[in-house]
Amino acid sequence: MMASDSPLEIGSAFPRQDAVAKVLGREKFAADYYDQNPLWAGVKRAGIPHGRLKAIHTEAALTVPGVVCVLTHRDIRGSNRQGVVRKDQPVLVDSKVRHCGDPVALVVAETKEALERALRRIALDIKVLPAVSDILEALDAKSPRIHEDHENGNLLLHGTLEKGRVEQAFQECAHRVEAWFHLPWQEHAYLETEAGWAVLQKDGEVTLVASTQTPFRDRAEVADALGLDLHKVRIVAPFCGGAFGGKDGITVQSLLALAAIHCPGRAVKMWWDREESFIAGAKRHRAMIYYRAGATASGVLHALEAKLYYDTGAYDHLGGVVMALGLEHAGGPYRIPHSRIQAFSVYTNNPVSGAFRGFGVPQVNGALEQIMDMLAEAAGQAPVAFRRRHAVRRGDINAIGVTVQGSTGIQACLDTLVESASWKAMKAFKAREIPFKRRGVGIACVMHGMGYGPVVPDVAHAKIELQTSGQFCVFCGVVDMGQGNAATCLQIAGHILNQDMPRMALVLPDTQKTLPCGSSSASRTTYTYGNALIAAACALKKRILQYAGELWMVPDEKEVLLVPGAVRHLPSGREMALADLAKGLNPSERVATARFRAPVSREMPVKDPALRLHGIPHVIFSYGVHAAGVEVDTLTGQVQVKKYMAVSDCGRILNPQLIRQQIEGAIAQGIGYALQEAVIVERGVMKTKDFSTYILPCALDVPEMETAYVELEEDSGPFGMKGAGEVGMDGPLPAIGNAVADAIGARIFHYPLTPERVLAAMDPNEKTGQKG
Amino acid sequence: MNISFHLNGRPVTVRVPSGKRVVDVLRQDLNLTGTKEACGSGECGACTILVEGRARLSCLMLAVQLKERHVVTIEGLASGGLLHPVQEAFVEYGAVQCGFCTPGMILAAVDLLKRNPLPSGEEIREAVSGNLCRCTGYARIVDAILAASRRMARGKKR
Ligand code: FES
Ligand code: FES
Repeated sequence: MMASDSPLEIGSAFPRQDAVAKVLGREKFAADYYDQNPLWAGVKRAGIPHGRLKAIHTEAALTVPGVVCVLTHRDIRGSNRQGVVRKDQPVLVDSKVRHCGDPVALVVAETKEALERALRRIALDIKVLPAVSDILEALDAKSPRIHEDHENGNLLLHGTLEKGRVEQAFQECAHRVEAWFHLPWQEHAYLETEAGWAVLQKDGEVTLVASTQTPFRDRAEVADALGLDLHKVRIVAPFCGGAFGGKDGITVQSLLALAAIHCPGRAVKMWWDREESFIAGAKRHRAMIYYRAGATASGVLHALEAKLYYDTGAYDHLGGVVMALGLEHAGGPYRIPHSRIQAFSVYTNNPVSGAFRGFGVPQVNGALEQIMDMLAEAAGQAPVAFRRRHAVRRGDINAIGVTVQGSTGIQACLDTLVESASWKAMKAFKAREIPFKRRGVGIACVMHGMGYGPVVPDVAHAKIELQTSGQFCVFCGVVDMGQGNAATCLQIAGHILNQDMPRMALVLPDTQKTLPCGSSSASRTTYTYGNALIAAACALKKRILQYAGELWMVPDEKEVLLVPGAVRHLPSGREMALADLAKGLNPSERVATARFRAPVSREMPVKDPALRLHGIPHVIFSYGVHAAGVEVDTLTGQVQVKKYMAVSDCGRILNPQLIRQQIEGAIAQGIGYALQEAVIVERGVMKTKDFSTYILPCALDVPEMETAYVELEEDSGPFGMKGAGEVGMDGPLPAIGNAVADAIGARIFHYPLTPERVLAAMDPNEKTGQKG
Repeated sequence: MNISFHLNGRPVTVRVPSGKRVVDVLRQDLNLTGTKEACGSGECGACTILVEGRARLSCLMLAVQLKERHVVTIEGLASGGLLHPVQEAFVEYGAVQCGFCTPGMILAAVDLLKRNPLPSGEEIREAVSGNLCRCTGYARIVDAILAASRRMARGKKR
């Protein structure tokens, strides 16, 4: 590890610069704002899954001492609609209730206690409509419509990707397998629940501090929904206490801004408790997935068919885009000549689903990688050998008909896995017999596309300033939700400018101070902003060197070098402190900005403009292979992950410590997804409300993890890197599923693999069922 | 009601309802927001503080229970401008991501090391099993606590 005063260099394991304030308890998260003795805001939620709003009785609430105001849709001057693609979600319900968590009335009070009392006294008069909670039922033409204005009924979006002649290809197959998989909702369960703080300033600007991944998009959404001037809304985005996609999209923002504009001169705070976060926060989509795959007599993967059904809940949120990414990834990193993949994103009266690390891919990959094992077994091949035989290489046409471009390390990942000591250890682990335990090993390949796809501009603007103190300040407009991209920005700029950490400063996203950068999501955060920052830092460096060269009247700036805190004239050894140099520049000379737009695919595997808008196809992918060794207790059905290895191709590594954090953290979330996390919703009503019923992996549930990397250079990436935030999430569920199947000799198609399901699968008298 | 106790080495008196939760007293009345709240029901450990040196969940304690006690929050752990060895190890070993579980996790570790100065990895996992972290997967946290324990043991010998 490097000391904090050595110059920042790409590739070194620098401790994150934000860690110090965090271990001291000094980092101020959105939830930590109590500035100006704020009022408390909270919402009354519908509590029923489907209905028509008749009346809101607020009188009793208004009599509670300490209540400042009670607001409803009538107090909203703007569109009262928010959403990323389809603006279908009201800030406060004005006509229809579409899920239990729909906010109907907003209360602002002097204290939390008064707020709670007042919320209990609001009575809602809602005409109950039949709730639609089953995915297939929702698609039935006779089902009640959730959005009457949506032309396709309850079908939010669908898409088909087709290549070759699937039906005929299946005829040609000697080996065929098929199955339905059921993947559950997953709760983000970030430790910092949705939180924010807002105030209406004297000049009419609403300043909003929020735990968000998307400050710039929030600003536009809030302004539109509430009828405010865009430039009268300022969003400040501190470090998030976790987000994972759940803060990609509005949570508290519009409600807080609405409260603030009705309470001039007072700050307002909103902080959902855990139960509210379960009820109203977005989830990973529940999914039903059908796969059929076939191989020829010689064991060549020949045909694939898939049908993907995603339950997006009451609103689009990002449900269409999530579905499209799943659709695009449904063929995995394999050469498959014939494929047909259909995907459906379906409105229901269930809780809203949206972005969650992996973004639709953990579901499809969870199913696909198990189908690959099933097919390999049917064709008499080992899981690794079967994958090595079919894994894509650069220049191949992938399963959905798109040319594989950019660095492509899936083969190298597989090679690294089988040559590793961990893989041998895993086989030895399996070979050891223990009474009342069964052991198994499973693998899964992963791939994950980066960025927004071909249509939505994937753009970031970087800004860097040489301050008169001699420090370089990076204005980072893309949120750090915990992944450490802010620290990586400093490392990138420090590397270019040859500075150490104490000589770097950081401004976190703030729509007033930083430039628009898009979201912290889609594995694009460091890639897109990093590329912009490289250009900005290089421009500033050049300007500084030129200026120093001219000042010293040397023939050209190549004689001048930036060193920590100074510039040095190499032939003479003469130096000037950066603080002094900075004073000679005027303010605009000390600043450099740059813009970067991520490259897009020029191929058209699909003509459907809706699918292109929703992101198909991507052009840069990260890859990996995961291997899990599990132990199943034959008496209790408990599954323990004992061994884990992930080999990842995320391009070149800028900071080994940070990528390890990303991969390990994703594995832990994936272990929870595979084995223990289950959001229970009954006819649209959330039954899971706390961490005693939603069991997150604790330190005893996650094993030591081995991580290895295939550091191929991605030409388009900043210093050769590719996104690492999501790819690790796509592997654990199928690797563990395959390992459990290997251990008990039966496959389970409903997740998570709870002890009851495992016991039932082991019992020869009980059927696990192939169909849902 | 007036409640007097020792907070991070200094006597303090707060005027709060006796039934107010300690986590709220710390965060709202004393502006010590390093103590986090992530569940409010004793299930996550984010609100951990040290009371008489032992890790306690401040979301389950009432203000009146602080009376005459010695309390340490994350803000009071570093001394003389130096990080506590557990804090230092958390930074160095990459045990911090979003950082929202970090204060509670560190204080749980400090409590453990006081009772068991050289714990095994398994003992560490057991001891922090009530502290949830959604970001790290725990491996770096366990490593950091192990490293801190060794460093502290060496420091004592000297
Ligand atoms: S907030 Fe106290 S245990 Fe979770
Ligand atoms: S670092 Fe985010 S919850 Fe632990």
